[in-house]
Amino acid sequence: MITAGIDMGSRSVKVVLLEELDVNGAPQLKYGVKKAYIMMPGDMDQDVAAEKAYDEALAEAGLKREDVSAVFATGAGRKQVAFAKEGVTEMTAGAKGAVFMYPAARTVVDVGAEEGRGMKTDAEGKAIDFAGNEKCAAGAGSFAEAMSRALQMSLKEFGEASLQSDKSIPMNAQCTVFAESEVVSLIHSSTPKNDIAKAVLDAVASRVCAMVRRVGIEGEVVLIGGMVHNAGFVSSLKNAMGVDTISLPDMPEYISALGCAMIAAERQH
Amino acid sequence: MIANYGYKDGSGEYYISIDTDKCIDCAAERACLTACPKQMFEIIEDDYDDQVAWIKKPNCRTLAYDCADCKPSSGYTSLPCITACTPGAIKHSW
Ligand code: SF4
Ligand code: SF4
Repeated sequence: MITAGIDMGSRSVKVVLLEELDVNGAPQLKYGVKKAYIMMPGDMDQDVAAEKAYDEALAEAGLKREDVSAVFATGAGRKQVAFAKEGVTEMTAGAKGAVFMYPAARTVVDVGAEEGRGMKTDAEGKAIDFAGNEKCAAGAGSFAEAMSRALQMSLKEFGEASLQSDKSIPMNAQCTVFAESEVVSLIHSSTPKNDIAKAVLDAVASRVCAMVRRVGIEGEVVLIGGMVHNAGFVSSLKNAMGVDTISLPDMPEYISALGCAMIAAERQH
Repeated sequence: MIANYGYKDGSGEYYISIDTDKCIDCAAERACLTACPKQMFEIIEDDYDDQVAWIKKPNCRTLAYDCADCKPSSGYTSLPCITACTPGAIKHSW
């Protein structure tokens, strides 16, 4: 059986096509990812982007729509996926996917472009506690990106630069607009770029950490979402959370789509 | 599930947490819906097809202001939502 999970984020559509394998009649479910596909919609309408991403993923996997038993959607724009049979929240999908990748995971931190959240999960990958920050995106990737632009760096360079710093400069501003002017003041006071980058990523990590602390840190910690690619942020998050290791999946932006496809498979039984 | 709705900003941490397991067979006849003068609670179907309470999206960004009239400085000794929810599903972080 093949199912699809579509994660309709604010900046990108992620599609995972999952095949449930019957391993010699073994009772446990086994899955194989048939195709993981990402597409940036740009200025495309979300519903059009979802259709396009799904069709392209199917074509690359050599499948037709009728081969797929169920399509489930997640993410902020999940209601835009008109052809999805059901929608599940980012918490439910993210926890499911993270525990599939790391069975000992009990704390899942999801930091994407526009939102960050912390979740506690049980052994089955069911989210049992979650907290986000509904007010602003200062605990998410777009905030770090805006600040890296102020330093005329790419987000990747920004992360690498922060790793070169051992300074802790507290940033007081709570929103992107004020933080940007704080960064400009640091530039004018000739603060090294590395130290500014670390200050920004420490600030993002501290906001994310506040959400995670609301649910409590337990068991293995897994970070999912696009910010996994930013080594500076990962280091800042470890410090903020006071943990030695954070598990980082290879394809972190697909974990919610993967969890979504798994839930779709489970609900066909 | 314990669902925390709200935010942290420069002035503090403002979250309302709802233990949604207690909402499934609500023993208070959904009293949160009528007790809140700002009508911030709403019943939704969660990912497991259960009917549970949540805080309406726009209020999640303005909790500190929305709840100010109910807080002790405004003369209340207990919060209407917490008093009405006899199963004890609702908690405030501030
Ligand atoms: S919050 Fe309390 S009163 Fe409202 S539905 Fe849940 S258990 Fe019932
Ligand atoms: S404190 Fe008052 S306004 Fe805030 S949720 Fe409770 S009843 Fe509603």
